[in-house]
Amino acid sequence: MSTNLLTDAIDLVAVLLLGLGIKGLSKVRSARGANQLAAVAIALAVLGLLIEIRPGPMAWLWIAAGSAAGGLAGVITALRVPMTAMPEVVALFNGCGGLASLLVAVGVALFDSDGADMVALVSIDISVFVGAITFSGSIVAMAKLQGWLNTPAWTQSSLRHVVNIFLAVAALVGAVLLPGDPTGLPLWLVVISSSLLGVGVTLPIGGADMPVVISLLNSYSGVAAAAAGFVVGSQLLIVAGAMVGAAGLILTQVMCTAMNRSLLSVLFGGALGSGNQGSSGAAGGEQGYSRITSCSPEECAMALEQAERVVFVPGYGLAVAQAQHALRELSKLLENHGVEVSYAIHPVAGRMPGHMNVLLAEADVPYEQLIEMDVINPEFPRTDVVIVLGANDVVNPDAKTDSSSPLYGMPVLEVDQARQVFVVKRSLSAGYAGIPNALFELPQTAMVFGDAKAVLNGLLSELRSMGVGKVKQL
Amino acid sequence: MSALSQALWVLLLGSLLGLELVGKVPPTLHTPLMSGANAISGITVLASLTLIQKAGDNQALLLIGALSLGFALFNVVGGFLVTDRMLAMFRRKGDN
Repeated sequence: MSTNLLTDAIDLVAVLLLGLGIKGLSKVRSARGANQLAAVAIALAVLGLLIEIRPGPMAWLWIAAGSAAGGLAGVITALRVPMTAMPEVVALFNGCGGLASLLVAVGVALFDSDGADMVALVSIDISVFVGAITFSGSIVAMAKLQGWLNTPAWTQSSLRHVVNIFLAVAALVGAVLLPGDPTGLPLWLVVISSSLLGVGVTLPIGGADMPVVISLLNSYSGVAAAAAGFVVGSQLLIVAGAMVGAAGLILTQVMCTAMNRSLLSVLFGGALGSGNQGSSGAAGGEQGYSRITSCSPEECAMALEQAERVVFVPGYGLAVAQAQHALRELSKLLENHGVEVSYAIHPVAGRMPGHMNVLLAEADVPYEQLIEMDVINPEFPRTDVVIVLGANDVVNPDAKTDSSSPLYGMPVLEVDQARQVFVVKRSLSAGYAGIPNALFELPQTAMVFGDAKAVLNGLLSELRSMGVGKVKQL
Repeated sequence: MSALSQALWVLLLGSLLGLELVGKVPPTLHTPLMSGANAISGITVLASLTLIQKAGDNQALLLIGALSLGFALFNVVGGFLVTDRMLAMFRRKGDN
């Protein structure tokens, strides 16, 4: 009895810490401690369970093997992954969590379903269904973000709805039949059709919407965990899974709002500018532009040299080119020259909300110089030079003015209000949304073609040869 | 039945708590919060451990349990570490 009391107490403390952890993660100041708190909570929960179940030697062996493999792989992955690949990695971790819940449910169904009542069987259904969708959906999301998978054309037609509905019905049939025969065909029908459904639902979604999908799948993995909690009868698992599920849903909604997309259109609307996804830009994207001005890094450097106020608009292209550090160097040089430098951060800059902040923080850009969209937009009219680095859709003025644009209504950085705009880009290829950018044709805009890092290094050497930055130091 | 209704209450209250806890999140924290919540969802390790315990001498079930434990721990350990890496960067200047 005293063991029960002890493990109950441990469970309660774990839930409390988890709650405090999730709460703390939503504030910058407390976030890191909160994350550690949540980690302690999970460790406590595991400890409490081990005290409660007292595994035998055989069980310990398997526990040790599974923990060593999974834990080690987790440490290595987490420490080695570059910050640019963060969204992919979150998707990968999430998929594995879903797979774990799926495996538990399958294991119970195959070997431990003799005494299972209706509740357990329905929980197995839900756990398998949601776990499989989480797993396959997350893996597809990861593959799309990595560029391993494109958006096949058929997924943009309404055929995909037919396919997905068919798969959903198949999963449902399996789920209904499962209680009568938990070890046979129905179980595999649910496993296979919900896995395929996860693929079918995620595959049509464009890269720009992928963060929303990952967030939603994250919420699903909480649901899968809660269902697994019902399967094995763990209240702690139910409460933690439910918290993550609900919190993930809210976060998904917040992200949708930031991107001005509705969840329904993300899930069922298909990719923006359908078909253009992943096509290597130059082929399809360059049509439609007639008044492009391009300029050399020299001209851009001269403009910077005379500017009083410069705003950088970093996008994912900057991160891909690994140019954060070159950018930081350039802005230091300009600051030494007396130029006021800041960075305009769109809520979805990078590949995930907050991703760009992480990337720039890695390059030691001072936090105070990262200005959020709502704050910096009124500042653009008094800005001399804006340099757009690898961002595209988030600076497209059509989003404000052209109601026929697929981007219409999305909040954008109003860089077109600045006196001079330089867009550093490899080519005129379209952004994630796959549509042309009216900004490129404005009279005050000039394109500087090239890799972001190469262009920034070019600007640095140009400015240095002009003697910029030396003045103050001497 | 009482065990079920108790579990459903837990589910309900847990969901409400989750809805309440993530109210206003600055966009800066979306990625870390998602990644942190993702790590927490790996708490399904508890289910994996229970499965291994229940398996007894059933090797196939032990294997499934260990596999599931491995994947869940990959999620937990990797998720928390990667979140910590991200947040460590904010901290430096957040405090100044």
